[in-house]
Amino acid sequence: MQAILALEDGRIFRGEGYGAKGECYGEVVFNTSLTGYQEIFTDPSYAGQIVVLTNPQIGNYGTNTADNEAIRPFIEGLVTREFSPISSNWRSEQVADEYLERFNIPVISEIDTRALVRHLRTHGVMRGVISTIESDVAKLVAKARAIRKMDGTDLASVVTTKARYEWDNEAHSELLLAGEVAAPHPDLHVVAYDYGIKHNIMRMLAQQGCRVTVVPAQTSAEDVLELKPDGIFLSNGPGDPEPVTYAHDNIRRLAGRKPIFGICLGHQLIGLALGGKTYKLKFGHHGGNHPVKCTDTGKVEITAHNHNFAVDPDSLKESEVDLTHVDLNDNTLEGLRHKSMPLFSVQYHPEASPGPHDSHYLFKDFRRMMEGWKR
Amino acid sequence: MPRRNDITKILVIGSGPIVIGQSAEFDYSGTQACKALRAEGYEVVLVNSNPATIMTDPELADRTYVEPLTREYLEHIIQLEVEMMHGAGKFALLPTVGGQTALNLAVDLADAGILDKYNVELIGAKLDAIKKAEDRLLFKDAMTRIGLDMPHSALVNNIRDGLEFASKIGFPVVIRPSFTLGGSGGGIAYNREELMEILARGLDLSPVHECLIEESVLGWKEYELEVVRDLADNVIIICSIENMDPMGVHTGDSITVAPAQTLTDREYQAMRDAAIRVIREIGVETGGSNVQFAVNPATGRMTVIEMNPRVSRSSALASKATGFPIAKIAAKLAVGYTLDEIPNDITRMTPACFEPTIDYVVVKIPKWQFEKFPGADENLGPQMKSVGEVMAMGRTFKEALMKALRSLETGKRVGAEVLEPRRLTQRLVTPQPERINYIRFAFRRGMSVREVARMTSMDPWFLYQIKEITDALGVLADTPMENVSPELLRKAKRMGISDERLADIWAMPGADGVAQVRKLRHQHGLRPVFKLVDTCAAEFESKTPYLYSTYDEEDEAAPTSKRKVIILGSGPNRIGQGIEFDYCCCHAAFALKDAGYETIMVNCNPETVSTDYDTSDRLYFEPLTLEDVLAVYEHEASSGAEIGMIVQFGGQTPLNLALRLKAAGVPILGTSPESIDLAEDRKRFGKLIEELNIPQPPGAMATSVEEALAGAERIGYPVLVRPSYVLGGRAMVIAYDAEAISRYMKEAVEYSQERPVLIDHFLEDAVEVDVDALCDANDVVIAGIMQHIEEAGIHSGDSSCVLPPVDLSPSVIATLRDYTKKLARALNVIGLVNLQFAIQRDKVYVIEVNPRASRTVPYVSKATGVPLAKIASLLMAGSRLRDLLPQQVASGSDLETGTHYFVKSPVFPWNKFPGVDTVLGPEMKSTGEVMGVADNFGEAFAKAQLAAGLRLPLHGTVFFSVNDRDKVQLVPLVRQYVELGFQIVATEGTANILERDGIVVERVFKVKEGRPNIVDLIKGERINLIINTPHGQDTFFDEKAIRRAAVQQRIPTITTIAAARAAAEGIQALQREQITVYALQHLHQRSMSVER
Repeated sequence: MQAILALEDGRIFRGEGYGAKGECYGEVVFNTSLTGYQEIFTDPSYAGQIVVLTNPQIGNYGTNTADNEAIRPFIEGLVTREFSPISSNWRSEQVADEYLERFNIPVISEIDTRALVRHLRTHGVMRGVISTIESDVAKLVAKARAIRKMDGTDLASVVTTKARYEWDNEAHSELLLAGEVAAPHPDLHVVAYDYGIKHNIMRMLAQQGCRVTVVPAQTSAEDVLELKPDGIFLSNGPGDPEPVTYAHDNIRRLAGRKPIFGICLGHQLIGLALGGKTYKLKFGHHGGNHPVKCTDTGKVEITAHNHNFAVDPDSLKESEVDLTHVDLNDNTLEGLRHKSMPLFSVQYHPEASPGPHDSHYLFKDFRRMMEGWKR
Repeated sequence: MPRRNDITKILVIGSGPIVIGQSAEFDYSGTQACKALRAEGYEVVLVNSNPATIMTDPELADRTYVEPLTREYLEHIIQLEVEMMHGAGKFALLPTVGGQTALNLAVDLADAGILDKYNVELIGAKLDAIKKAEDRLLFKDAMTRIGLDMPHSALVNNIRDGLEFASKIGFPVVIRPSFTLGGSGGGIAYNREELMEILARGLDLSPVHECLIEESVLGWKEYELEVVRDLADNVIIICSIENMDPMGVHTGDSITVAPAQTLTDREYQAMRDAAIRVIREIGVETGGSNVQFAVNPATGRMTVIEMNPRVSRSSALASKATGFPIAKIAAKLAVGYTLDEIPNDITRMTPACFEPTIDYVVVKIPKWQFEKFPGADENLGPQMKSVGEVMAMGRTFKEALMKALRSLETGKRVGAEVLEPRRLTQRLVTPQPERINYIRFAFRRGMSVREVARMTSMDPWFLYQIKEITDALGVLADTPMENVSPELLRKAKRMGISDERLADIWAMPGADGVAQVRKLRHQHGLRPVFKLVDTCAAEFESKTPYLYSTYDEEDEAAPTSKRKVIILGSGPNRIGQGIEFDYCCCHAAFALKDAGYETIMVNCNPETVSTDYDTSDRLYFEPLTLEDVLAVYEHEASSGAEIGMIVQFGGQTPLNLALRLKAAGVPILGTSPESIDLAEDRKRFGKLIEELNIPQPPGAMATSVEEALAGAERIGYPVLVRPSYVLGGRAMVIAYDAEAISRYMKEAVEYSQERPVLIDHFLEDAVEVDVDALCDANDVVIAGIMQHIEEAGIHSGDSSCVLPPVDLSPSVIATLRDYTKKLARALNVIGLVNLQFAIQRDKVYVIEVNPRASRTVPYVSKATGVPLAKIASLLMAGSRLRDLLPQQVASGSDLETGTHYFVKSPVFPWNKFPGVDTVLGPEMKSTGEVMGVADNFGEAFAKAQLAAGLRLPLHGTVFFSVNDRDKVQLVPLVRQYVELGFQIVATEGTANILERDGIVVERVFKVKEGRPNIVDLIKGERINLIINTPHGQDTFFDEKAIRRAAVQQRIPTITTIAAARAAAEGIQALQREQITVYALQHLHQRSMSVER
């Protein structure tokens, strides 16, 4: 099956189609993780995006239900150098190709992904189309240009859960590894705003002895408080944080009343709620190897990243926050903490999945914060 | 944390001679460490007994001691260096960049209280951490403490305990001796008998007489993580490596792949967490370590196998695979820097505190040389047996694998692997070097991935990739070349299939066939592009041109228009072509860079300094085949820049390409390929030396048994027989009679009309001499005349030799110089030339001429203080000798070694190949070399022997058995030993002579005569030194038996009278308990200033 990737600036890549037959549209971003393609497929933060994986060998170990970060894949399309038609791993349940086909996601493979990454690095992220059905490249480029831009788009409300639910940590536990089980007697209650939440965040909270209630993105602050949480979690998610104004309002109303922890989009929303500004990075951070320095300890964590937007530290100069984490590659703000209120957030992904576990301690910090607040 | 200012001086210990398990990778790591520490302003003191290394170049340290790596010598050096400090500043020892040798030595120095005595601080890894990592019991306790799983195991120090434990956990069991190099003496036992045998050997080889008996995790998936930690406790993983060969085969003997290919993120991160916990628990403060894991493919159970608290072979591989220089960073961390304070060399904008991510696949394949050791067990197991390795990069595993396979230079024609179909199952189940070929064969025969996986225990994903290649080759074989579509050809090239292999499957033989495929490929516009190794998968811009080829779309390494020189490296390390050639290639890069050229290195050996991205301006990590080298050349030449290629530094590998490269239009610098060819062409060379009136031992050529016998008869026995075009004297023998010739022609050698067998008269009882010289086609400067200390007939690479010569007459030396100059000029040598001579009864014969850099170049450079390879490369670039060495050219003098003697001695891998015949001959067997320096020959010889692992005895018993010719010189020699306090043992003939002169001798039987014979005495540890000059064929059997027993008992054996005298002098020096050490920088102060 022939496939074409057309970018909005007219650059064309021709390769082999895998996964679903058809067409997909999205902002093209690249991820440099060496492992964890399935977690990437199913991370809701990738809604609206076509993902290029820099690791040239994708699909090798297949897919399994435990490694899903959501109930289905959220990427619009996938770009790889080579896509394995077989899988080999004791935990594998389905070949990656079949898995993506099942969820109607097109894949283009056998293209020079490094050339594409260099193009995106030089010219910034851009919109693109993968098609296995259209061979007229001019039409495809036109389609790419017609895709709605990510800037100014609230995607959190699109991917969020429709209804409130409790996280069941035991699902698929037979495929988890040792140490991933929930604490036996949860003694804290966390209400998590789902802007596109990843399963592993909830798993980490459960390991810290938290019962997790997941609520839709637009749930009001008052409704959340009514659930009597010990802490409130603001999740990761796709899209631009700026138009998600309902969240800014809710966070302002919740701040100081309950301990709050935010990750990624949650972090950006806190930044905006505290009066800061966000901006779009040229090609974002997507990968599992970014060094982030914790200014409290001076130690460096190797962290998982997946963000196109970031909070402008200068915009927070007037606010009552400490800047706690910074990316050593490009000095992007990666974490903050309120000086007086029990509120902190990180731009990167301490829940990893995929990525290194260096920052798991933040979930412990959150627990301690909730315990302290309770007393 | 910033640089430590309290430390002023740092001692770096190298890894000594190249041996199996410890190769050029420690030259690479040691060189990086020395460079990094000096750049930080520390005074660096280096000790390494291996003169062939870049790290022992005088420029790389403040003081370089080429001295034996023993506690006594190290203590002496430490004492000297401490005295020089006059109490100012702190002296530190970095023990983690010189392999197991340096680590063991550091532990020894610490345990003996020497480090405390002189207040020397261990940096990088503290004593406790080293012991915890190295001591299996402590390590196991540590792993239990942090909750990590390990295979069940027990330490034993006797056979009974071993048997008992094995019966408890069940066979098979793995035996690992404690504290040995590269798993020496280890093995897998499937039953009690095997366990007893392997355990006995292992206990013997272990310096602490201890072995680990371990639950077998045979067939489990094997992984290795390279971990780096700093003083602030930041820990990063540089690279994950997955072994294609599962557990049971030593990592050094496994095909390995980076990054890991078959782990999910969940599994990989669990492994990463474990590795970090291991380095923290063991307490390696700073620097690189590796942690090995085994994973049960059916259940995912992960166990820790071991960790090395130092940089290793794998860390060198990881550095080359990712572009992250582990040893360099480790050195900086050891002096106090933290990872976030060190910039990433490749991007220059981001810090070294990150984890490299790569967008290509790296495959390493070991190179074995069992053909050198007939009778050796070719099964691969926990003891490493390979002598070198190649690495290749491609955008896919398939491409990288195929590139790596063709980098190996097996010497066999592509597609001509010898396969035994009936043994297919056995060859798949039992790991041997050829297993990869049997896997391909199995797929050709229609076996399924599942079946092959079951037999090999290899991960099906890898096997599926190999099957895809095999299938593609099948399709191509069914498609005549004329009908091949561009798409199909592109697909083949993207899988890494070489032009040569395509020519083979299309039955187009020879260079012509390959050329036709190449033409077709170019017609379809199929050329490789070059991509960068950048540590970050293109996320950031890279400033360092470290390149690999791939059949992909975009080329990102546009060549410059600067004038440039391409240097071809020497490929995988092997016996006969080792680190010495890498040394020469690096020097060419350094010299030509200084002279204003852009230098471009092409090589595929990950262990070397030449493949450090720091060594040349551009590095192409590529196979050294015509196809790959031409692709680099065409790419670089496309800018229209002035360009030349150097082929005479990389040993035989680039020389084999020289004529074809020239034919393809590549400008070859230096001596012309035609001259090189002439020197190797027996007929034309014979004619040349006849014209020059230079004697050569009479010779003949044969393509049949009859011709061989007639030839040998004509030129007279004994004769040296060998195949034409050989490397390191492969398959050479000395034949004393017709029967030996017939046997050789029938069994030992392949020959044909184009490749006849060569027969030369063997000059018995001759002294052999090696000469290295520099020539610019006009002037000649002799760099060194090296007298062999071993008997004639032993390959020059296996012979100890001394500079300057100790007993050559002035007239012989004059003749040697005359012949050297005549031949260098006649061959129009531009660069280096090496000549081998034999001197029989004062008559000089030329044995061979090699118009290229030789194995002895680094040794001679260190002995004379003049960097020969640098000068040679400048000559090739057009400089004249009269400008570079004006004094020598004007006076017609040779390079000088000053007032000192420099002895080079070989090191052999016998302990890795139990049962193999240890007799030396015209085929090279040594893997490495050491050098001893002193102001007298005897001490220099003793030091070289000691550095090679043979301690000359200070007292005890010497066994003498000398041939009739040597009996004239016997009595004074024996008296010397008697005066030194030795008892004498001799066989009848020798004893008779000695008794006539009133020397007290104990008589002993020859092996054939009865018992107890000499071999019994050796085995009974009654003999401390053997002096046995060869008797020719008569006692051949005795000598073989004696030598084998001597190797087992580690008793020094001397085979010439000259060496015996040297040994006596050396023993005398040792008895005076006089230890002298020399820094190269002091030895050559004068000559170095002349150089400038």
